[in-house]
Amino acid sequence: MKNKSLVSINDYSKEDYFKILDLAEEFQKNPKQKLLENHVIASLFFEPSTRTRLSFETAIQRLGGKVIGFSESGSTSVSKGESLKDTILTVSRYADLIVMRHPVEGSARYASVVSDKPIINAGDGSNQHPTQCLLDLYSIRKTQGSLENLNLFLVGDLKYGRTVHSLLIAMSEFNPVFNFVSPPSLRMPQEYKDFLDKKGIKYYEHNEINDNIKHADIIYVTRVQRERFSDPMDYEKVKNAYVIKNKMLEGTKDNLKILHPLPRVNEIDTDVDTNPKAYYFDQAENGVYARMALMCIILGVK
Amino acid sequence: MKSELKVKAIEKGTVIDHIQASSLYKIMSIIEIEKLDTQIFIGNNLDSKKYGKKAIIKIADKFPSMEDVNKIALIDPNAVINIIRDYQVVEKKKVELPETVSTFIKCINPKCITNHEKVETKFSVHVKDGKVNLKCYYCEKTTGQDNIEVIR
Repeated sequence: MKNKSLVSINDYSKEDYFKILDLAEEFQKNPKQKLLENHVIASLFFEPSTRTRLSFETAIQRLGGKVIGFSESGSTSVSKGESLKDTILTVSRYADLIVMRHPVEGSARYASVVSDKPIINAGDGSNQHPTQCLLDLYSIRKTQGSLENLNLFLVGDLKYGRTVHSLLIAMSEFNPVFNFVSPPSLRMPQEYKDFLDKKGIKYYEHNEINDNIKHADIIYVTRVQRERFSDPMDYEKVKNAYVIKNKMLEGTKDNLKILHPLPRVNEIDTDVDTNPKAYYFDQAENGVYARMALMCIILGVK
Repeated sequence: MKSELKVKAIEKGTVIDHIQASSLYKIMSIIEIEKLDTQIFIGNNLDSKKYGKKAIIKIADKFPSMEDVNKIALIDPNAVINIIRDYQVVEKKKVELPETVSTFIKCINPKCITNHEKVETKFSVHVKDGKVNLKCYYCEKTTGQDNIEVIR
């Protein structure tokens, strides 16, 4: 995996992911390892993403690496009309590794084609965000002890949410049962259901959160965004149907954890935050370890 | 008894037959027919037992490259390409779908990098329910057979 770009969740094998997850665990136990002291890593955020950028930059700093880059493209040569190709070709002469977020889909793949330095895709439009998937897998394995045979509830916007799509693909390797909870207009797209059918994986669709969550090992919540509805009335009707409240968690399994890629708006009530089953801030922290592990493996220092 | 030809026969060249009527203009575009300088006969909305309406293209004195044949396969996998010499069909080219296609088809996703920067398109070819689906190497979105648009 040395020097191998991570653009899409399909780029790495199951074994590659286990290698990253194992190393992430090591970093969680002992985060003070200055393994990247002699490395410069570019963090190119062509569109703002506070959480992802800070997570990557924290991971780099903790490993003693140096960061160059920008947090939005307004103040860079991009605003002067420079092509992505030229930006990447230039930065690849400066840095050992490029982390990039770009609103245009396929931009990270293109960057990986033109750059002779590895690329980590930190999100390309609605296409891929593989490190989010990596930290989700890490969080699931850590809290459940294994990725095998789990009952996963995916709640919220299942149509446009790229994180739930990547998670579905990644978890399909581990014999899960899926429960999809969403408004009818934001159902899991057919192509993903076809994919599960082909693999013989069971899934159930629900219009609302009901007693079934008593069987859940993981509830993965995503935000239902107002802008996905052409009629604001439709949004008003559904927005409260997908809010997790502390009371709903009575009688759920002891090992249940609530995950959310964040930012949260109101889809998990703040009264859940103190429940030991709330895991979303730990999940965000795990992102730092997962990204530390990924960068060390790509740069060949681990 | 030989039935009357609706489109004039050619002595030698290529006949692309059994084109679905709806695919004719796309095929003309994909093989860049306007650049050819020999005689060309085109028939459209001809009666066909198979499709109801079919189209045919006869190009005198030109023989298709494998690349042209593959391009036609993407637009109309059922089209038949006949090589004509001395008014006779001497060879039927089997239309075969390539595994990948690059450069001449546009990605349907307006947010794809190939529609934003000067990047040659590249797709992997998949068939689902008898229809060609092209998966973009970059944005990973699928362009269906009915949405295939040729880059000129």
